[in-house]
Amino acid sequence: MKRLYLLTGLLIVMGLLVTACQPKGPETIKIGLNAELTGGVPVVGASCKNGAELAVEEVNNAGGLEVGGKKYKIELLIEDNEDKAESAAAAAQKLNAAGVLLMIGPNASRNAIPAAEVAEANKMPMISPWSTNPKTTIDAATGQPKKYVMRACFIDDFQGVVAAKFAINELGSKKPAVLYDVASEYNKGIAEIYKKTMEENGIQVVAFETYTTGDKDFSAQLTKIIQSGADSLFLPNYYTEVPLQVQQAHKLGFTGVILGSDSWGATELIDLCGADCEGYFFTTHYAADIATPKAQAFIQAYQAKYGKVPDDVAALTYDAFGLAFQAIQAAGKIDREAVNQALHNVSRYEGVTGVLQFKGTGDPVKSAVVLQIKGGKFVYYTTAQP
Amino acid sequence: MQTLIQQVLNALQLGSVYALIALGYTMVYGIITLINFAHGDIFMVSTYVAFFVGTALMSQLLHLPGIVVFVLTMLAAMFATALLAVLIERFAYKPLRQAPRVSAVITALGVGLFLENFTLATIGPDPRFLPKFFPVQTFTVGGVAFSNVQIVIIAVSAVVMLLLDTIVRRTMVGMAMRAVSWDKFTAPLMGVPVDRIISITFAIGASIAAIGGTLFGMVYTVDPYMGIRIGWWAFISAVVGGIGNIRGAMLGGYILGFVEIFTPVILPASTYRDFVAFSLLLVLLIFRPYGILGRPVAQKV
Repeated sequence: MKRLYLLTGLLIVMGLLVTACQPKGPETIKIGLNAELTGGVPVVGASCKNGAELAVEEVNNAGGLEVGGKKYKIELLIEDNEDKAESAAAAAQKLNAAGVLLMIGPNASRNAIPAAEVAEANKMPMISPWSTNPKTTIDAATGQPKKYVMRACFIDDFQGVVAAKFAINELGSKKPAVLYDVASEYNKGIAEIYKKTMEENGIQVVAFETYTTGDKDFSAQLTKIIQSGADSLFLPNYYTEVPLQVQQAHKLGFTGVILGSDSWGATELIDLCGADCEGYFFTTHYAADIATPKAQAFIQAYQAKYGKVPDDVAALTYDAFGLAFQAIQAAGKIDREAVNQALHNVSRYEGVTGVLQFKGTGDPVKSAVVLQIKGGKFVYYTTAQP
Repeated sequence: MQTLIQQVLNALQLGSVYALIALGYTMVYGIITLINFAHGDIFMVSTYVAFFVGTALMSQLLHLPGIVVFVLTMLAAMFATALLAVLIERFAYKPLRQAPRVSAVITALGVGLFLENFTLATIGPDPRFLPKFFPVQTFTVGGVAFSNVQIVIIAVSAVVMLLLDTIVRRTMVGMAMRAVSWDKFTAPLMGVPVDRIISITFAIGASIAAIGGTLFGMVYTVDPYMGIRIGWWAFISAVVGGIGNIRGAMLGGYILGFVEIFTPVILPASTYRDFVAFSLLLVLLIFRPYGILGRPVAQKV
């Protein structure tokens, strides 16, 4: 831990040094990106950066964003939050000091929640593309929605219910089990909602096991899960850990069905997991194979630029930028308060991940899809409406 | 009962890896009383060497049998890691041999950070799996499931530890190592080449970590930060067993393996793992600071 503090301190000092010598550019709009480029979930950061760069490039190639009769180029400032809560807050502070109009990111809830505190305290509008934990947009002290924080995705209160109902109705699970990371907000939040939904439907969760971020051996917990006679296993964990969990479960003789949440949505999951994940399901934000015309245009542009199909993080980041651009134009001036007001005035936005409807809070109401891993690909299975 | 045997197997697998890494801590401490905090990261580098060599050998059209690739990979990782450890000793620790001990410990932390971030910058943060050297087969006997990989890990570790014990107790090099550890001022007077023996100790410690690294990479993912946590647990293993004592490190490794597996079995959540491990360390430091198998040393003035 000592090393962590030292590193964080160094980063903050370096951040101050860097921001101190940034020139002011009045002809551009600065947008900050706070992404998990290194750390536990590097693909999330990479997809987020790709989606952001594509969105900004499209606007800049079209001559810039027209605000109040004048065209502005977009300047993207990218900060790595190392997938650590303290670094995510430091990155938000650094972007704030650099004078960004608004901040997109972070993605993982364990980073988005601390960064949202910084955004709220500094009155800097923030849109998290992928953080589904309710706490991101809720002020912990008052229980009221935060004023400057929004997201482009559904929340876990919805996703957890979708996953639980899917396990009950489609998979016919009678003895569900859960293994989740107790030190990570996202995993913990969704696991608890899953359990609650199960119990509301009269089904008892037979094993509710935990681990801590960075663990690589789950054999003790998985042995307990198998011993409990579980017929399904819910793993609301990140794509770097899920393959280990699935493979260890198989080695220990688990034969039930395994399902997950939107944190599975990186194609790296399939590379790491191989045949072990074949046939399993997860809930997520969009399916590339049933795309609307707008989504198809995005998928084509993304494939042309990066040579692969965009995952949910890339698509949601792209939507977060689309939402931001629309609000900046509606605000008519380069001002945080005006843009924040305009963001909250948006009631409907049609993005590549579907329609986002806002009902007075920073949380959009939107549908979820269930994908299945089939032949090494994510294949659309069904849609769940809110 | 089946579950108990299952958990013991799980603990043996994990404990083997901890024991192998703990040996590196304990050997280096035994010989130059330095806690080599870079050792966990040396272990991490060894898994990356195993990853690259293993992938290259498997993907070429060499048609080598998996078992040959496995042995070659392990040897390559051992050689590369031993070389790295000797270089680290020569350039980072040797100049500080007369300096206060804390300077060397801080240098070791620095070397660890360097290795982590160098790996992060050059190879990237994505976790990887070692290629499958042989198909994983799972057996179930009387309700207890185990895989061939698990047996390889437990057996190879046991053989390596027996071998090391024999080297240290029965060969000239081992005798020289014990001599330097016993009294590094008198040993050179008896014709023991101290510098070379220290290098050999670092090389052996690192190659054993590389064996652990290759075995670890076969079942867990490889990433630049993996050495931190495992390094800490192996360090506790070494202290629990009695730092400086080779058999103690092995015993400590297995104890920590059992702590990791049986904590979530007995206590309500796995979150208590570190709590239990560090409490064990604290209690031991209070009542038996020289570890389970260590002997109390009177500080010479």
